[in-house]
Amino acid sequence: MTEPSTTQLTVQKIATALKDKPGALLPILHGIQDTLGYIPPESVADIASTLNLSRAEVHGVISFYHYFRDTAPGKHTVQLCLAESCQAMGSKKLAAHVKSTLGIDFHETTADGKFSLEPVYCLGNCACSPAMQVGKDIYGRVSPQSFDDVISAIGAGV
Amino acid sequence: MSITVYVPRDSSAISLGADRVAAAIIQKAQQRSIDIKLVRNGSRGLFSMEPLVEVETAQGRIAYGPVQASDVAALFDANFTQGGEHALSLGLTEEIAYLKKQERLTFARVGITDPVSLEDYLSHDGYRGLANALKLSQADIVKQVTDSGLRGRGGAAFPTGIKWNTVLNAPGEQKYIVCNADEGDSGTFSDRMVMEDDPFVLIEGMTIAGIAVGATQGYIYLRCEYPHAYQALNEAIAKAHAAGYLGDNIQGSGKTFELEVRLGAGAYICGEETSLLESLEGKRGLVRFKPPLPAISGLFGKPTVINNVISLATVPIILDKGGEFYRNFGMGRSRGTLPIQLAGNIKHGGLVELAFGLTLRELLYDYGGGSASGRPIRAVQVGGPLGAYLPESQFDTLVDYESFAAIWAVLGHGGIVVFDDTVDMAEMARYSMEFCAIESCGKCTPCRIGSTRGREVIEDIMAGKELAKNVPLLRDLCNTLLNGSLCALGGMTPYPVLSALNHFPEDFGITG
Repeated sequence: MTEPSTTQLTVQKIATALKDKPGALLPILHGIQDTLGYIPPESVADIASTLNLSRAEVHGVISFYHYFRDTAPGKHTVQLCLAESCQAMGSKKLAAHVKSTLGIDFHETTADGKFSLEPVYCLGNCACSPAMQVGKDIYGRVSPQSFDDVISAIGAGV
Repeated sequence: MSITVYVPRDSSAISLGADRVAAAIIQKAQQRSIDIKLVRNGSRGLFSMEPLVEVETAQGRIAYGPVQASDVAALFDANFTQGGEHALSLGLTEEIAYLKKQERLTFARVGITDPVSLEDYLSHDGYRGLANALKLSQADIVKQVTDSGLRGRGGAAFPTGIKWNTVLNAPGEQKYIVCNADEGDSGTFSDRMVMEDDPFVLIEGMTIAGIAVGATQGYIYLRCEYPHAYQALNEAIAKAHAAGYLGDNIQGSGKTFELEVRLGAGAYICGEETSLLESLEGKRGLVRFKPPLPAISGLFGKPTVINNVISLATVPIILDKGGEFYRNFGMGRSRGTLPIQLAGNIKHGGLVELAFGLTLRELLYDYGGGSASGRPIRAVQVGGPLGAYLPESQFDTLVDYESFAAIWAVLGHGGIVVFDDTVDMAEMARYSMEFCAIESCGKCTPCRIGSTRGREVIEDIMAGKELAKNVPLLRDLCNTLLNGSLCALGGMTPYPVLSALNHFPEDFGITG
């Protein structure tokens, strides 16, 4: 577990390094989420003062975008595509299987902290629907069986 | 002399196991002391055959697919590195009917080259468009694009040359080129393929755009769901920079153009151009009122060309071969080619680039081979989540902007999502409203409130509640969204909803 002071230093370092880019806020938020896995609510004040914005403006941006999160994710984030192309290939049944296998709903994290489940609206893998991404790894033509295989392979590795 | 073997690095190929296949080929080649050079090329776009392994022979490239890592030993046993016969043999890649019949202009190199090799790019006609552009006046570059008849491939189909001309003539010290790479429509992946499989063509197109209108800075606003594209673009940008194709003295011309990739954060609305500009400025992606047009007052209030990936990636071939060359493809007011994407429940999903003017039916059956499930195709959605659903009776519609407009449908970004006869069209209509509610930026009331009310009304209809009251109510609500929304999200969500209702009333419990 990272100590709050270390988190704050990380946030300040990222914000300071990127603050002079035109339109720096999104690059800063990405930098923080890439490093910490999420954007801690207590970092809003530091980001705001670095960019000379109000805290409300920073919070408004974080909360606008689906990708940014203010809670720590599980070790692995499963993104399951729910858009039309994947629906045409049975993603709704797959989603039910994924939820019951992991024992969580969308936007939740398993009790052991291994997996978070997020919906995604298109991974651009529509010729190989249904699609999912686990961490940075993309999978196509996902079936309940192949989902189980991926999850157990990852689960065994942690 | 080592043998060149190709295994795609395209993320769809990877999603089907291409990385494992590549690793297995390297390992088996070492075990058998066969000297191979493994190239991670782009994908040819025939995804039913991915991972598609190719081997260079005296006759040309010979393809095998779909290959799994477990097939690799047998491929070596069959002497595939010499083009040997195997159950997965597909013959010469160029002779595969799906690929041979295509007219690839924008996708000319995709699947053939190593995407991040500048040498490959140059030896396959790369940067010839830029070389020509550097010899022309700014107005003449714009004229070539105007003459080509190229219309924005992102969905709105606005003539690209006219947009450029506005920016060229707009006063301003600082101008920008922004590439809209927030390809969020379900069923579309042509932008992703260009960026992963031929990133230099987008870089070249943006560089030409910058020189044409006098912009020195470009941004590619890329959706964060595309990590492979992000990596490929950054690698290619670094190489272009090192070789003097980007920077402050492009190929000794004295012209400057810098390029940076910026990541979105999962908001569909940021594919709308003004919302995208807000996001690039570091704000919530709220749609702007127009006018002013981005061409006059765009990024940071400066004149800005904002074009889709495919539009910009088509510019190099236009500047290489001339506006007339490109214009000679297509029909009516739809000139050139459209990279069509076959997706969803389709046997041979993939990328099909053809001149405008063939029918939807030819695409679905001659190229797509019918549904993946083997059941009858009942509906297709063309143009993403805001596109209309088309029933079988409309499959003879020609693929061109005007023919689609005539049946109250849109071509959009050229994505076609196929559904078989198990689809519940009332549920698809409900989903369209739900998606609009999730993705609405909230600035205008019809979209923000109307989408939620729309979902509720459709749920009531699906439950069989007061159809005589609720169906007209849904139509009335759609009318409000169509006419009262600020942008296409609210303004076009009625396309899928009403087309589902009109063409498939039985799914809504409407009889007679």
